Amino acid sequence: MLWLALPGVAFIIILFVYPFLYGLNLSFHPKKGGGVFANYRTFFSDPYLRDTIWITLKLGIPAALLNVAASVPIAYTMRRLRRGKRTLTALLVVPITLGTVLTAEGLLNYAGPAGWLNKILQDLHLTTQPVPLLHNYWGVFLSLVITGFPFAFLLTSAYLSGIDPILERAASTLGATWWQRFTHVTFPLLAPGLAVTFCLSFVLAFSVFPSANLVGDPSNRTHVISIAAYHAALEQFDYPLGSAIAMVMAAIMLIVVGVVLLGRNMLYKGSSGGKG
Amino acid sequence: MATLTRVAETAPAEPERRARRRLVAKPGTWLVWAVVAFFFINLLGVILSVVVDSFGTSWFGGWAPNGYTTHWYGDAWHEFALKQVLKVTAEVAIAVVVLSVVIGGPAAYVLARRDFPLKKLVMVLFLLPILVPPITYGIPLAIVLNKWHLGGHLDGVILANLVPSVPFVVLTMTPFIEQIDPKIEAAARMCGAKTASIMLRVLTPLVLPGLLAAGILVLLRTVGMFELSFLTAGPSSQTLVVSLYSAVFGAGIRAQQEIDAMAVIYTGSMMVLLLIALRFVNPTQLVTRVREEPVA
Repeated sequence: MLWLALPGVAFIIILFVYPFLYGLNLSFHPKKGGGVFANYRTFFSDPYLRDTIWITLKLGIPAALLNVAASVPIAYTMRRLRRGKRTLTALLVVPITLGTVLTAEGLLNYAGPAGWLNKILQDLHLTTQPVPLLHNYWGVFLSLVITGFPFAFLLTSAYLSGIDPILERAASTLGATWWQRFTHVTFPLLAPGLAVTFCLSFVLAFSVFPSANLVGDPSNRTHVISIAAYHAALEQFDYPLGSAIAMVMAAIMLIVVGVVLLGRNMLYKGSSGGKG
Repeated sequence: MATLTRVAETAPAEPERRARRRLVAKPGTWLVWAVVAFFFINLLGVILSVVVDSFGTSWFGGWAPNGYTTHWYGDAWHEFALKQVLKVTAEVAIAVVVLSVVIGGPAAYVLARRDFPLKKLVMVLFLLPILVPPITYGIPLAIVLNKWHLGGHLDGVILANLVPSVPFVVLTMTPFIEQIDPKIEAAARMCGAKTASIMLRVLTPLVLPGLLAAGILVLLRTVGMFELSFLTAGPSSQTLVVSLYSAVFGAGIRAQQEIDAMAVIYTGSMMVLLLIALRFVNPTQLVTRVREEPVA
């Protein structure tokens, strides 16, 4: 009976594990020679390549933090919603479904110098000149919020629904205020879930590629690490260097996720009386 | 799982909470609603500005275009060879759905029913391609597919899209199979059915809702999948979303309205798929990817 799983496992090994190991091995065999670590030396010594790490982290961490932070109070309030929850969820799935390419194309129209957003800002006399929201850091940031916030919100809601409201009612009976109930009961129970939500949001934001090219400044201020890897591997056809950059990218994600999950282990683990 | 979740959502004791609901909400609640409304207004603006522009004759700085026309759609259809692009998209999507169900379904069955050594490892193996972002493993994958002379071909695009789809089918279908009473299979076996006929004539009909849910989710994800298709597609194997990206990236050569017309075609097809999907699955399933509800 176990053989039934064989095609699936073999498939993943051939098309996921093998390419990864192949890329890892390739990264140690530089195209131009110069030793095993030559590709990594190139990456870390060239400021244009090295800085992609900071550029990507500067985009990914604030975007993920904002998305998670905004989703907590909203999910907390929406939890009491009895009707319309499914509609709201379905609406939030729309930007995720449409994806980053369409979001970028929409932002080009909507947030451009003559777009509706700038028209509204000018008519409200919030600004006299159109605010430059495209082809810079903020264009990419906006696109990361538009697709990332619904994602973080839906995950947070799922975790929040796993906490029994009766716990808060018990705290209320003991005289806890709204704020005390949140900080001492709900939030500690929610924190492990938030850590995971942050990790997934961060990984999504860190691998930003289409919007960094379309609404960002891909050769300069939003020269993110995925653009560098793509450029090396599939435009310059320097497979070893491209693989090396992809490996650096994977390593950074692993480090950030590892640190967050290590922190998570120190949080409360146990029953939250979830709905099951 | 869909039914279980739905029951659980409506289950918590509601009457008391209704009694505690006040007519006038707290300022905090209003603030939250304002933020949500602000988000949706901007989202609507992003999508609507594309739709309006695709029907406009020209639009220079005003609130709306100077006139309306539909000719950009015809232009876009020819200019971007959308017939070919849609054909490729349909071919990729259908092949990925069928193959991922055929490969992933049996694996889901084994994971739902059997305990075996290294089961944890196999689970991790199926989780990784879903959790690791496509652009990270897509680059080495594209290199390997190029080495196998599959890069730039339709087959390469299909293979690359299968990488996250097979695990997705496994993880979506496992809980569906777990719900089916193993005694039914035991009864079929006792009546002399062989494994193959148990799978096809007993399990498949029972697991059809799960199969449908997994299939439609994979369809939606594959049509919307940009990174993997982009990394592996050649000029003649571009899917709709890749073609859209190339058009936006190379903007300036063609009229903006043409690109927007293509974007509307893409949005329209995704919305149709999403509406179909929402009939069969819970919206959260589109996102959470991994089963979130702890089994109590």
